[in-house]
Amino acid sequence: MKAFSELFTRIDQTASTNEKVDALADYFAQAEEQDAIWAVAVLSGRRPKRTVKTSELWNWSGELSGLPEWLQAESYHIVGDLAETISLMLPVNKTFSNYSLHEVIESLIALGSKDEEARKSYITGMWAALSTQELFVFNKFITGSFRVGVSDKIVIKALAKHFKIEENVVAHRLSGGWEAQGNSLPSLLSSDSANNDISRPYPFYLAYPLEAEPESLGDVSEWIIERKYDGIRGQIIVRNQELFIWSRGEDLLTEKFSEFHSLVHILPNGTVIDGEILPRKENCYLPFHVMQTRIGRKNVTKKSLQEAPLVMVCYDLPELDGIDIRHLSLEERRNKLEILLENLQTDNPDLPLHISPVVFCKNWDEAASERLRARETFSEGLMLKRKNSEYKTGRRRGDWWKWKVDPLTIDGVLLYAQRGHGRRADLYTDYTFAVWDGEELVPFCKAYSGLTDKEMLSVDNWIKKNTLDKFGPVRSVTPELVFEIGFEGINPSPRHKSGVALRFPRILRRRLDKSAKDANTKTDLMELLNIYRFDNAE
Amino acid sequence: MQKPLLSFDDYGIYCAAADVYIDPWKPVKKAIITHAHSDHARWGMGFYLAHEHAIPVMKYRLGEDIKTQSLKYGEEIIMNGVKISLHPAGHIWGSAQVRLEYKGEVWVVSGDYKLQADGISVPFEPIKCNSFITESTFGLPIYNFPETQEVHEEINAWWQTNREEGKNSVLLAYSLGKAQRVMAHLDPSIGNIYTHGAVHNINEIYEAHIGPLPEALRIDSSVNRKEIKGAMIIAPPSAISTPWMRSFSPYKWAICSGWMQLRGTRRRRGADRGFIMSDHADWDQLNTAVLATGAENVYVTHGYKSIYAKWLNSNYGLNATEVETLYTGEALEETAEIETTESKPDESI
Repeated sequence: MKAFSELFTRIDQTASTNEKVDALADYFAQAEEQDAIWAVAVLSGRRPKRTVKTSELWNWSGELSGLPEWLQAESYHIVGDLAETISLMLPVNKTFSNYSLHEVIESLIALGSKDEEARKSYITGMWAALSTQELFVFNKFITGSFRVGVSDKIVIKALAKHFKIEENVVAHRLSGGWEAQGNSLPSLLSSDSANNDISRPYPFYLAYPLEAEPESLGDVSEWIIERKYDGIRGQIIVRNQELFIWSRGEDLLTEKFSEFHSLVHILPNGTVIDGEILPRKENCYLPFHVMQTRIGRKNVTKKSLQEAPLVMVCYDLPELDGIDIRHLSLEERRNKLEILLENLQTDNPDLPLHISPVVFCKNWDEAASERLRARETFSEGLMLKRKNSEYKTGRRRGDWWKWKVDPLTIDGVLLYAQRGHGRRADLYTDYTFAVWDGEELVPFCKAYSGLTDKEMLSVDNWIKKNTLDKFGPVRSVTPELVFEIGFEGINPSPRHKSGVALRFPRILRRRLDKSAKDANTKTDLMELLNIYRFDNAE
Repeated sequence: MQKPLLSFDDYGIYCAAADVYIDPWKPVKKAIITHAHSDHARWGMGFYLAHEHAIPVMKYRLGEDIKTQSLKYGEEIIMNGVKISLHPAGHIWGSAQVRLEYKGEVWVVSGDYKLQADGISVPFEPIKCNSFITESTFGLPIYNFPETQEVHEEINAWWQTNREEGKNSVLLAYSLGKAQRVMAHLDPSIGNIYTHGAVHNINEIYEAHIGPLPEALRIDSSVNRKEIKGAMIIAPPSAISTPWMRSFSPYKWAICSGWMQLRGTRRRRGADRGFIMSDHADWDQLNTAVLATGAENVYVTHGYKSIYAKWLNSNYGLNATEVETLYTGEALEETAEIETTESKPDESI
């Protein structure tokens, strides 16, 4: 626990990737086997299931600190992180005990089956035995979301460095669902097939946004151009007569997507298909929000199955006949994928797997005009993939680019501001924007990102000086500042006062040239809605 | 009912009986100044009364021709029958609490203060009073500052490590107060110390009136940047991401502030290190100070004022109210130390 919290401190104190990798490699060199694998699990987001409730943490820490609930809540608003707030408010310990990382995490897991008294006695006992730095890490284990500025890439690099294995091999063996308990890094990373998890997906190859002119990519004939659909990126895997569906966030979603369950009998063993999971109706791929309602649910209703049955738009084939073919060119992989799907289609006309259509372009000008048609096809733009590209690991520049259509925009007036979380705690960075409805301003979206740190500070400063009213953590401000809001789509929403819901709203820039009265109106929003709305069955 | 001795108006904290303002933010005839930070000691007053060690800094920053009168701690003067004296606030060197007594009623204006001994300022003294005006910069229970000595050791260890890696260490600290506090505790055996012009000027005043600091070289155009290796450079926060700062490459940089207690604040600044060190009182210090005055009325100014006033009311049963002022407390931005020409980074690389 001490070594891990020191590792955490070292990582937290640097912005340099190399220093983070070194810190991790040093940790792997001295950590016990059982601790090291838990460190990797925790840092790569495989935290154990939560066993202590937030309300319990508040109550128990309040008893120890003697602070009233309202003051705990105010403090939390300022800090923006539950684990950190509690660790700062607990009495400071003078003497510390030593616990190993795996001991602590496994004890936390074991709390799941214990009653409240036992849970309280364990947690408060630990709170009295750890240093301030360890307390924070310990609380983070309980509350989850251990985001500490360590990307999977950094963990992979450090493991590759320490175990002297190639990075893409490490990446593959770390992907998917594995258990830390009773496991070890050497065994997880070994090529030994006994440890070969049949559910394991390949690390997704991700595209960078295209910022340069497409002409800089060379001859258009060297590229495969596809539409960029707005669904869930996923891998469908069939191995040993079992089906697995992974999302890009490496969540196993097999149960949620019943449309694909028949594939276990259809796809040959040793097949991994990469593509976009989307609702489809009447020969049309529908936008993401249509299936949004079913994603969070445990049981999918019949209604949503009928309204928006899912298909996968398939664009890649990392594995065929049990063989990793990621090193082949995209052209070859796609050929094999087309043949596979065509053959399956003849016996299964309702196959929920569609080949991602290629957009044929004779030159980049044609591609540019296809890109502008994105909203007609409910897509976000184009994907440009080099025909001879391998299937790489993670986000890489050079061979795969996403070329999204410019967002829709509207100028909104800043109406409310709320403190941010984490890195933005104590700054007013979460904003609500409004448009004019006659003489009245109606809120139409919230946006959190898009400003530089410097702009954020100056807007924060302005907010503090121009506050009209405070409601808990929220301030209303003089309607004066105008921002250009960009978004990907617009849909009707009876839940919002403005009557619309925006997809991916973010701040594009502050309009210093405009005053509040120059902002857009609700009528302008309605016009956009009428042009771009997707009329589903409602 | 008798009118209270002090009131708050658009100009500052006013004592009508003595016709004097304390730390006013608009020009007035007569002002008592708690300390020389620019949000408390402002330009344009007809007359300034302050502690003897604050006056030289004020003259340096506001002009040699300002009219002043200096007092020692505990020395008493009478204005229109109001007994006025200054007492150590422990905030920075030359900082004072103002005690005012009239017809048996005592008020104390604490300005900014801390209870931690910093090794260079006269430590805070609690003064009994009926009404106490307190700041609340760190008035939340999440602020518990570490022992000063621990932080100084961390700073020296950080410097040592950077030096071993062939890097300079740039430490950002307010030029008045924090910079001298840090300097006084550096271990000069580790390497050379350099100062930004703004810091250097204040150091000279400190050394002329209070005592010596470790030897340090002012950075100006005569200093060859290539000769600066493994050194400690003390600069004001305004130096962040300036070409001036980058001229020390390779370097690591750190911020010295109470705000560094919060991980989010620390990370947002992008500093390599954040040392938790403040010249303001943390949560426990605030509570200790307020209770030690025995005051039944507490006026809470700059900081988490509404939260802290609510806490004093509900937890200690004090009659606490929040007051709007224009003081900024400890800011990480430029607003607190209004940058005058002396603190402009030296761009002559």
